[in-house]
Amino acid sequence: MARRGFLDGSIHGFLEALEHALESEEVAKRRGLLQSLDPRAKLLGILGLVIAATTSRRLTVIGAVFLLACILTIASRVPLRTLLVRTWLGTLAFTGLIALPAVFCTPGLARWHLPLVGWPVTVTGIRTAAYLISRVETAATLSVLLVLSTPWTHVLKALRVLRVPAVLVVVLGMTYRYILLLIGTAREIFESRRSRTVGRLDPGQRRRMAISAAGVLLSKTMYLSGEVYLAMQSRGFRGDAYLLDEFRMGARDWMWLVLLTGASAGAVWAGRR
Amino acid sequence: MAGAVFDVQNVRYCYDRVVALDGAMLKVAPGLRLALLGANGSGKSTLLRLLDGIYFAESGTVRFEGEALTEARFEEDAFAFDFRRRVAMLFQNPDVQLFNPSVFDEVAFGPLQLRWSAGEIRSRVEAILEQLHIAHLKDRPPHRLSGGEKKRVAIASVLILDPQVLLLDEPTATLDPESQSQIIEIIAGWKDSGRTVITATHDLDVLEEIADRCVVFQAGRVVAEATPPAILADEELLRRTGLLHCHGHRHASGEIHSHPHRHWNHET
Repeated sequence: MARRGFLDGSIHGFLEALEHALESEEVAKRRGLLQSLDPRAKLLGILGLVIAATTSRRLTVIGAVFLLACILTIASRVPLRTLLVRTWLGTLAFTGLIALPAVFCTPGLARWHLPLVGWPVTVTGIRTAAYLISRVETAATLSVLLVLSTPWTHVLKALRVLRVPAVLVVVLGMTYRYILLLIGTAREIFESRRSRTVGRLDPGQRRRMAISAAGVLLSKTMYLSGEVYLAMQSRGFRGDAYLLDEFRMGARDWMWLVLLTGASAGAVWAGRR
Repeated sequence: MAGAVFDVQNVRYCYDRVVALDGAMLKVAPGLRLALLGANGSGKSTLLRLLDGIYFAESGTVRFEGEALTEARFEEDAFAFDFRRRVAMLFQNPDVQLFNPSVFDEVAFGPLQLRWSAGEIRSRVEAILEQLHIAHLKDRPPHRLSGGEKKRVAIASVLILDPQVLLLDEPTATLDPESQSQIIEIIAGWKDSGRTVITATHDLDVLEEIADRCVVFQAGRVVAEATPPAILADEELLRRTGLLHCHGHRHASGEIHSHPHRHWNHET
């Protein structure tokens, strides 16, 4: 693939961010297992599994929770490829970097030595790295599964069940709403610049372009925030946030909540040392 | 004019050093459909914001049913809730007005602020979405709406309060022709509703459909007030206030020429 220029690369990045948002919304609309559940049941059930995975002291139990996450993924018609690209590879790379020193630095019985440098690879070190990576992978998979199978607005409103303050939920909702708008604006800024640019930009021009785009966006954000506040005032906003959800817990939602929390409790129990 | 909904007396308002309104005078009778005409920057939108109690005059007074609209007055919950319940404003940019993450939340925002009961809000939201034929958009986020859909949602978000006074800032700006005609249809449908509707616009083509009376602004002042036919007949006034434009066009005779003109019933 040909190397993209600075402007094309930036535009591609903005488009990719918008595509991810649209893809998530499409997946959340599919007729799958998790999509059909009340967001609060989903949130609590998945939170239970995350706690079970992160507190378990047995790799087999963490593996079982991960397997359950994969089954839920398939039953919810969430493409495994999406999870692989968006979650598993990134998490593996990031956590792997953090876990790598543990393989060599954790005291224990050295099974092998790295060629050339001779660093010892200990069983305890490998186990420590495996715990870290498997816990993070499982927790990330479950969290992304929740977000992919639920519209953002519902995820945020479901947070109220955990006593998250309404004002925080409202602010997060508005942030999500306007981030997408500002990404679109940033894309237009770069497209407009590209339409008037011949040849490649040198590093200094790229920096100036990025700084000026950031400045324009900041200024637009300030203007927009002032206007939005006026629009909120115009409709009666007086500093307090209120929310109304449309969620209804049915028998099926309760059944799945019991099943998921039961599985979580079982995993916590089985995961004790 | 006795019992005016709004009474604007000698109002001045500036953005930093730029004067937006300078000695503006206006009285609006209850139930009147009034159009505020003027070129960009003539002060129409600023006046709407003063009437909506989100801007406050530097000098002069703006009164709503005899009560002066001041910041101090809006500090009182009872007055603020009553005013917001009865007066609603449609902003020009729907991205400003649609700040919630879904259409349902957007339409429910106003009633939630006014502390309506959850059951009442749910039933009113359903009803207003049905009325504007946008029930299918209920769970959509604003970034998945077209320009026309955004405008309809914005209208739903103010209509749900069933306000007596509607302030509309360029309601058809930036819309495609089909969406424009749909929005105009909605506004024209309020003719016999008893509502006071004040519309800022420079779209002369729809004037007679949306207004019974017009005021023309220039440089922050009211320079004319009359019925739509009288305003539209005054070509000199329209030209002077920047409301006529020139472009090449063909007449029935086949002649192509350019001159400042309007787009209704023009033969020359």
